[in-house]
Amino acid sequence: MIVRLFILLFYSFSVHAAEVQEHVLTNGLKVLVKEEHRSPVVVSQIWYKVGSSYEPSGITGISHMLEHMMFKGTDNYPAGKFSEIIAENGGRENAFTGRDYTAYFQTLEKSRLAISFELEADRMRNLHLLAEELDKELQVVMEERRMRTEDNPRAKLQEYLMAMAYSSSPYKNPVIGWPSDIENYQIADLQQWYQHWYAPNNATLVVAGDVQAEEVFKLAEHYFGAIPGEKIKPLKPQFEIEQVGVRRMTVKLPAEVPYILMAYKVPSLMTVDQEWEAYALDVLAAVLDGGDSSRLPARLQRGQQIASSVGVGYDFGARLEELFMIEATPVKGKTLLDLEIALKTEIRELQRETISASELAKVKAQVMANSVYEQDSLFYQAMKLGMAETVGLGWQKSEQYREKINQVTAEQVRLVADKYLLESQLSIAYLEPQSMRANTTAGVNHAH
Amino acid sequence: MRIKLLLVTLLFSLASVPACAFQTIKHWQTSQGGQVYFVASPGLPMVDMRLVFDAGSARDGTHHGIASLTNSLLATGAGQWNADQIAQRFDAVGAEYTSAADQDTGWVSLRSLTQADLLEQALSTFEKIISQPRFEQDQFQRIKQQTLIGLQQQQEKPGFIAEKTFYKAIYGEHPYAHLVDGEIETLKEVQLSDIQQFYQQYYVRNNAVLAIVGDLTEQQAQQMAETLFKQLKQGEKAKPLPNASLPEKASKEHINFPSTQTHVLAGLPVLRRKDVDYFPLYVGNHILGGSGLVSLLFDEIREKRGLAYSAYSYLMPLEEPGPFTMGLQTQNKQSTMAIELMQKTLADFIHLGPTQEQLIAAQKNLTGGFVLRFDSNKKLLDYVAMIAFYQLPLDYLDSFQDKVSQVTVDDIKAAFQRRVNTDLLQIISVGGEE
Repeated sequence: MIVRLFILLFYSFSVHAAEVQEHVLTNGLKVLVKEEHRSPVVVSQIWYKVGSSYEPSGITGISHMLEHMMFKGTDNYPAGKFSEIIAENGGRENAFTGRDYTAYFQTLEKSRLAISFELEADRMRNLHLLAEELDKELQVVMEERRMRTEDNPRAKLQEYLMAMAYSSSPYKNPVIGWPSDIENYQIADLQQWYQHWYAPNNATLVVAGDVQAEEVFKLAEHYFGAIPGEKIKPLKPQFEIEQVGVRRMTVKLPAEVPYILMAYKVPSLMTVDQEWEAYALDVLAAVLDGGDSSRLPARLQRGQQIASSVGVGYDFGARLEELFMIEATPVKGKTLLDLEIALKTEIRELQRETISASELAKVKAQVMANSVYEQDSLFYQAMKLGMAETVGLGWQKSEQYREKINQVTAEQVRLVADKYLLESQLSIAYLEPQSMRANTTAGVNHAH
Repeated sequence: MRIKLLLVTLLFSLASVPACAFQTIKHWQTSQGGQVYFVASPGLPMVDMRLVFDAGSARDGTHHGIASLTNSLLATGAGQWNADQIAQRFDAVGAEYTSAADQDTGWVSLRSLTQADLLEQALSTFEKIISQPRFEQDQFQRIKQQTLIGLQQQQEKPGFIAEKTFYKAIYGEHPYAHLVDGEIETLKEVQLSDIQQFYQQYYVRNNAVLAIVGDLTEQQAQQMAETLFKQLKQGEKAKPLPNASLPEKASKEHINFPSTQTHVLAGLPVLRRKDVDYFPLYVGNHILGGSGLVSLLFDEIREKRGLAYSAYSYLMPLEEPGPFTMGLQTQNKQSTMAIELMQKTLADFIHLGPTQEQLIAAQKNLTGGFVLRFDSNKKLLDYVAMIAFYQLPLDYLDSFQDKVSQVTVDDIKAAFQRRVNTDLLQIISVGGEE
């Protein structure tokens, strides 16, 4: 019954998303346009190839700090003016930093795209980096870190786990940076980081919305064309050394509820030998936790009723070797060990038996449906392109996703489970709650 | 729930701003009297719908959290299908079922492709969930336990403790005084029979509105609505909520918590969805703390002094006056200073009102960005459902820009002076010692 539906789905369903158009300016700026005429709105995102995984030790988090400083003014537009102009034009704006990218975006009524281009082009090279602004903004980032990480036991545990799971990969550092690094940034550090990475040939401009590609290219030429390209020194390779056994840790923090996070070292699409393996890992993640009918909710939450919540994460679009993560919270009366055993039992089954045809068909149906749903969001469409381009996959990869997932077989899912979800590649963290009342000293115990 | 690790950090947290849409909303009643609001959105072969009941946490009575729990239980078994089968039926056709409760409403939503066979399976499942939930004992116990563990985990967060205490402080004995998820103590007492009773009373036709946005003809939408409403019992519309009275006097409460930051919330009940002062308050708040990077609170607290990552104010319009809330988080040792600054910024704003320049900038932002508010079916559905539930005029959308433009400096000043009485302000802080 279910399988029949899928066949129907795949053969009768056709919706064609608009083609992406690409144009590279002579200074190296790559411009991507996705025309989408449903609503008179345009999203503009500029993606720089720099993020926390580019950072040497001592200045971790500097990409994120620079992202904050990018709002602190230029010759033409003093501090605050950028945001004022966007606001007066009815725009929304923000910026974000990840391990492999730093991106800035504006959403505007379609006729106002030039405003965004003018401002972004200006701050690509003319930023003022002033010590007094840094002093204040550094405090803001410290507050951000306290809010996101220091006072959030699960986020804190994730940070500890990453630092343990990776040995030599820069993915071991948090995107926001380590506290002592944040406290000690100097203007010169930021100046250098900005000079080094913020250049047209290290950026991708993605525009999605009710626009004509040709006009966007002209506009991009007009505003960004005169900015000279820079010589970008290639990054030194920072490969992760081989992991040769399970790593475990117990994190003791003031908390109320225990929690387990398991992370297997796996390839991303960028690092994998055979492409299909990354897509198969992505399907595997969905088999475990893609919708309420997937295995972990069905078996651990409803069937055995040992987990109160479960989650799986795998970012197959990462630039470097990735972690396949599984998290869970036990129900009352069950321990973290019970959960660990149950989760490993699920992994073992995936290694030994192929998933059913209907399970595979379901994942593919969800991917198909999502490919329609995601077109409802301009922002997301632009984001997919920018991310794929910036990590080095090329934007075309994001357009091939549905087709590649469609080619994954049940046996391939078993093969990647068997090849990668290995005990020797695993890192496990337990959160052992300490009393919230006693204001306990926080601490971490390592036990490799 | 797929994990989204904190690998990305934004410049500031994005706050969603409630607003409205432009497209023509069609409104009709089904033959059974069901209220339907429909916007045709061709282009993508998909449809979003939401059935909204007057069944929010304001209806909890003494069982705080029962509205939310009832809502979560709907999809754990209905008609001939158990929880697994329901999940299978949605996932197999790529449909997304979501449900939630807030203070005023309990709602269920469906997103589906419009291809006939797929939509049919998603819809028939959706209909069963709302009309024939099984409410089985074991599922009830399971979801209740999950909710209790969720509530317990929330106690780890200073922000949650602050919110919980804040609502209690500003609403006293009113049904808005507790959080939607309820409280551990009261939820423990809830029995399955209470859930069944809650469902029977509130999940009925006369207490519901249906919003549909998507690639359907009006005729298709009519058929869909007809079938859906037919399956609901007629029932009765919920009674009006009691009036939310203002706190008697200002108060300040601090709760000790083992965190590095102190979370601060300050405010009082202010805004009804159908408030005569809606637009002056809305535009005024936009200037004060509702417009992200350019608001007064953000400027004073973050930009000028680096005291906090996020500093904001918002108005949450509800059936009865919803909260006006100012918030920030700062390291413990500077919390007193930050609270004083927040109070001063508010007091100055109320006393002086915005400048003409600030007003013009806000109006330009709100009208110039008007189209951004409904540039996706998802956003549009939110607005249509809101208009439907609160029975706002259908032209509410078309007149939004005019109403924003008509607001004057004096309107804002007068509305804030009348409605945001700082002598009644409730201030909550949760964090470590200074």
